[in-house]
Amino acid sequence: MDFSQYILSLLIWLPIVGGVLLLVIGDDRDVNSSRSVTMRIVALSMSLLTFLISVALYKWFDNSTPAMQFVERSSWIPAIDVWYYLGIDGFSAPLILLTTFITPLVVLAGWDTIKIRPAQYFAAFLILEGLMIGVFSALDGILFYVFWEAMLVPMFLIIGVWGGERRIYATLKFFLYTFLGSVLMLVSFIYLYGQVGSFDLFKFMNAPLGMTAQKLIFIAFLLAFAVKVPMWPVHTWLPDAHVEAPTGGSVILAAIMLKMGGYGFVRLSLPIVPDGSAYFAGLMIALSLIAVVYISFVALMQKDMKKLIAYSSIAHMGFVTLGFFLLWSISSGTGAGLGMTGGMVQMVSHGLISGAMFLCVGVLYDRMHSRQIADYGGVANTMPKFAAFMVLFAMANAGLPGTSGFVGEFMVIIASFKANFWFAFCAASILVLGAAYTLWMIKRVVYGEVANKNVAALKDLNQREFIVLTVLAIAVLLIGLWPAPLVDMMNVTIEQLLQQVAQSKL
Amino acid sequence: MYSYYLIIVLAPLAAAIVAGLFGRQIGRAGSHWITILAVGLSCAFSCLVLRNMFWGGAESENISVYTWAVTDGLNMEVGFLVDRLTALMMAVVTFVSLMVHVYTIGYMHDDPGYQRFFSYISLFTFSMLMLVMSNNFLQLFFGWEAVGLMSYLLIGFWFKRENAIFANLKAFLVNRLGDFGFILGISGIVMFTGSLDYAEVFARADSVAAQNIEVFSGTPWNAMTVICVLLFMGAMGKSAQAPLHVWLPDSMAGPTPISALIHAATMVTAGIFMVARMSPLFELSATALAVVIVIGAITAFFTGLLGIVQNDIKRVIAYSTLSQLGYMTVALGASAYGAAIFHLMTHAFFKSLLFLAAGSVIIALHHEQDIRKMGGLRKYMPITYWTALIGSLALIGFPGSSGFFSKDLLIEAVKESHWHGQGAVYWIAYLSVLLGVFVTALYSFRMFFLVFHGEERTDAKTRSHIHESPWVVTVPLVVLAVPSAIIGWITVEPILFDGFFGDAIVVRQGIDVLAHLKETIWHGSFALFLHAVQTPVFWLAAAGAFTAWFLYLKRPDIPATIKARFSGLYNLLDRKYYMDDLYIKGFAAGGRSIGNALWQKGDQLVIDGIIVNGTANSIGKLAGVMRQIQTGYLYTYAFAMIIGLTMLLSWLIWFR
Amino acid sequence: MIGLQHYLTLSAMLFVLSIAGIVINRRNLILLLMCIELMLLAVNFNFIAFSRYLGDDTGQVFVFFILTVAAAEAAIGLAILVVLFRNRRSINVQELNTMKG
Repeated sequence: MDFSQYILSLLIWLPIVGGVLLLVIGDDRDVNSSRSVTMRIVALSMSLLTFLISVALYKWFDNSTPAMQFVERSSWIPAIDVWYYLGIDGFSAPLILLTTFITPLVVLAGWDTIKIRPAQYFAAFLILEGLMIGVFSALDGILFYVFWEAMLVPMFLIIGVWGGERRIYATLKFFLYTFLGSVLMLVSFIYLYGQVGSFDLFKFMNAPLGMTAQKLIFIAFLLAFAVKVPMWPVHTWLPDAHVEAPTGGSVILAAIMLKMGGYGFVRLSLPIVPDGSAYFAGLMIALSLIAVVYISFVALMQKDMKKLIAYSSIAHMGFVTLGFFLLWSISSGTGAGLGMTGGMVQMVSHGLISGAMFLCVGVLYDRMHSRQIADYGGVANTMPKFAAFMVLFAMANAGLPGTSGFVGEFMVIIASFKANFWFAFCAASILVLGAAYTLWMIKRVVYGEVANKNVAALKDLNQREFIVLTVLAIAVLLIGLWPAPLVDMMNVTIEQLLQQVAQSKL
Repeated sequence: MYSYYLIIVLAPLAAAIVAGLFGRQIGRAGSHWITILAVGLSCAFSCLVLRNMFWGGAESENISVYTWAVTDGLNMEVGFLVDRLTALMMAVVTFVSLMVHVYTIGYMHDDPGYQRFFSYISLFTFSMLMLVMSNNFLQLFFGWEAVGLMSYLLIGFWFKRENAIFANLKAFLVNRLGDFGFILGISGIVMFTGSLDYAEVFARADSVAAQNIEVFSGTPWNAMTVICVLLFMGAMGKSAQAPLHVWLPDSMAGPTPISALIHAATMVTAGIFMVARMSPLFELSATALAVVIVIGAITAFFTGLLGIVQNDIKRVIAYSTLSQLGYMTVALGASAYGAAIFHLMTHAFFKSLLFLAAGSVIIALHHEQDIRKMGGLRKYMPITYWTALIGSLALIGFPGSSGFFSKDLLIEAVKESHWHGQGAVYWIAYLSVLLGVFVTALYSFRMFFLVFHGEERTDAKTRSHIHESPWVVTVPLVVLAVPSAIIGWITVEPILFDGFFGDAIVVRQGIDVLAHLKETIWHGSFALFLHAVQTPVFWLAAAGAFTAWFLYLKRPDIPATIKARFSGLYNLLDRKYYMDDLYIKGFAAGGRSIGNALWQKGDQLVIDGIIVNGTANSIGKLAGVMRQIQTGYLYTYAFAMIIGLTMLLSWLIWFR
Repeated sequence: MIGLQHYLTLSAMLFVLSIAGIVINRRNLILLLMCIELMLLAVNFNFIAFSRYLGDDTGQVFVFFILTVAAAEAAIGLAILVVLFRNRRSINVQELNTMKG
């Protein structure tokens, strides 16, 4: 049996089965009991195994073809022509790798800090991992939708059960926002089914559609994806969800779930409704630039570290949507593909950096049980190793060259200059504003005299935290210093998408 | 030579990583040895490269190291372009860095962050080398930001001090303001040339200059002007040109060795280097050159004035650095790139010498930096005294010193430049650099006299402890004093007049002021030395030094009288033309209030309050109305059913 | 001659009366039950009338079914009523508004 043929199914179902296994094993009230330890080891090894399989995926992945790879196709609901149809290309592969890379780190980060129902906590993450990989590899509308919605459930539980004080408000806001958008996506799928008689995404892409239909479908998709990205003005669920979510939840939310929105744009909006996308491109660019400038200013004033990072995420994700929708403003030559590559790289890099930033805040939160910037000060005195990591990730967040944060921003800024000077002007303002809010936080939290006796009592990173942050730091630097492997993965796919989008469906 | 270049760059990086990550294992001595050896190696090889260029006639090399990424037809690479300009910069950077490394052993002797400091300065050396050796804009920007990062980390090295962490944030943000323009400039280059590689961009420069860009629609501007002005914004940030100069004086909160290395000799000159490197572009835009020369002139003169009223020994030198950077910028604007780079080199030597001498004084006085509390140190610290004297003389351009050659010829170049007869721009530039000489001499010798001569204002307890600094401090002083004194004699002719830079620097035909000078006034360095007394520069400098002597040694009561008489002017200078207030109370506070308004009003009130919660609330209200219908009585529901049934039936009967 | 329409009219009157009974009556739950029974009777009346008119006996068979079911229903209804009375000490319809939203 050829292993690579089923690799996607394996990636999806292995963590889910692992999650169920964890539920079966269960846990004790005692964190150190043999049962709890076994449970954690199973959780970690399952996520590591998934990661190893995804490494094999990377190894077998063919950079030179824009076609879908590792395709699996078998009938699921023949009555309405629904298939269990999986496959990946240059858009999905990096994001799948990101997912499998982040999940073991999240498991490690929650290792012994989760006291309430740890087995269910880890199970939720493993199941979530499988579902997210499902979203990234589904090629059938209904399958995509099922994974898309199912993904909300574990996240809802993670925030709702292990979250902070206002977790109920946050989960409801999160759920309603995201659900509202995705229902409209289902409606568009059903409309498209009516047109082509199948839920196959490729048939959707080839379906001829009128301008009105394209506009409406684009709006429906936009609502679904804009909420996830999140774009201004449907972003306000994110700060609340992040603040209330446990550290691991924030990491997954910022690192991977937000990427669903960006992925949706390239997988569905652009190829299925190219003319609709072109019609609304101006709006999309405007919203993205508002996200960059407006949200950066808002981030400047946050008093809660997690909120600050959440707002910074929104601003950085603005670069993703900006990069994706620049192509109609660029008349010729280099630029369109650069913007799109930039957007994709920004997604991966933001996944690593924001994940790392949330983990850093988590490290502090585990010790002091406060996220308020004002409660800290002079952390570098007591936690020098931690301070080094925090400054590194802050610099990456501020887009310093040599870290992954720079790569995407650089490409998008170059592309946007080509489109319009003022686009680039607004986009480049993140150089100043991003540095301002991130480093101002660093100044108040990390530097200075020891602020109070709680800070004086802080202990530096333990081995587990050190490993997690080191792995992330290496990834951030590696992509920053040599993004070529990542960029090469998506080059052909992007070229193909650009050709596809250039052909009007009217 | 490829492997040499790699070693030059990577040796400091490797040493920095070892000292940074394994500092505890290798200990204090281990970390200073490894970084000094690495930078020493780098320095030796750099000098070798320079020697090959200078005497060996080696050709410039353009090498690609690895491909960073390729997408959409844009090739992004990491590579080295080593030509004469680069070789000179490499030698200067590594040499000053080596001296500073040695000096640091003495200066940071008791500091708990010893290993970290060595790691940082070594990493800085790596970044600076990446910047100067780059062959493309991407790597230039990498080096550009990396030196900014190191400057941030080093200014905030003593992170417990509030002023240090304020200054490093300020430095980084103001630099980022410049980089904001810089990255837009790079984007412009990619837009018009489709490449990041220097060679390709320069080859297509003419076609760029022929195009227009409509930044404001309806007003086409020359593309090259826009690009060059944007690039120059980056230089303004890094090289602290007005109005982005505010970070440099504050950056003195960092340890003195880095003030010498980063904020005098190397990083702040990156802007000058960049403009010289981009000479093929800047030459094509007269407007951009006008901007450069005016900004430089303003910086040169006005920041010099500020140096007169400062009392912190390091801040005086910092303002002097600003002023000298202004000089270099003026030279760039006058198309005398060679003169700018030459002044950059001599300045690197004598200014780092002055900083290190100041540092020597500071450690002798147990971290006292106020020059009003010094005085008469000459007899306690002879080596520091003599080296500081050499540095100061070089700074004011005393005939024969290195500063004399660079500054005198720079001023000549401005005088004879193509701006001559072009009205205001010329007079602003020329008068600024000329009067700046007087100002320079005044503040330099004010500081020199207050520190080393006159009555001893140190308190008795400190005085009993004053002694000359250890050899690790004085040796770098002496080693730097040598080039400060003599390098002008040796190198002025080859660098300025014998076409040392070759094709590294391009000057448009007809405005090449250095070529013009060569024909008119240049008769060899000795002749220039002999004619020094005939120049206004000499007399202005002498007048400045004399004024300083008169005011601060002969009649120390006069300055106080002047201060009282012209208190308005004094306040203006003391408050640095209110520039800090503009940035802190204007931009920073403004940004925060915009942030607050957007957050409170935009996010919380409009989006969350009105739209999100408003939707929820109005649904709630609607439900409140609807529930009135629900009486809970069986008969009401039955009645509703009947009514419904009746309506359905009547519709079926009569309307179908 | 008494024709189909008279029966239908009578049945309609019974039906309307029972509705009026349900809607207007606010006191007694037993009355409510009886009104429902009456409604069923009105329906039965229609069945029988039509059965006779169309000469088809099936209608009358249905009436028997309905009568049986109605009897069972009444029994259950009364049983519920007894339980309700035990719990609330009242069968006043006006007090039974737990369904109010």
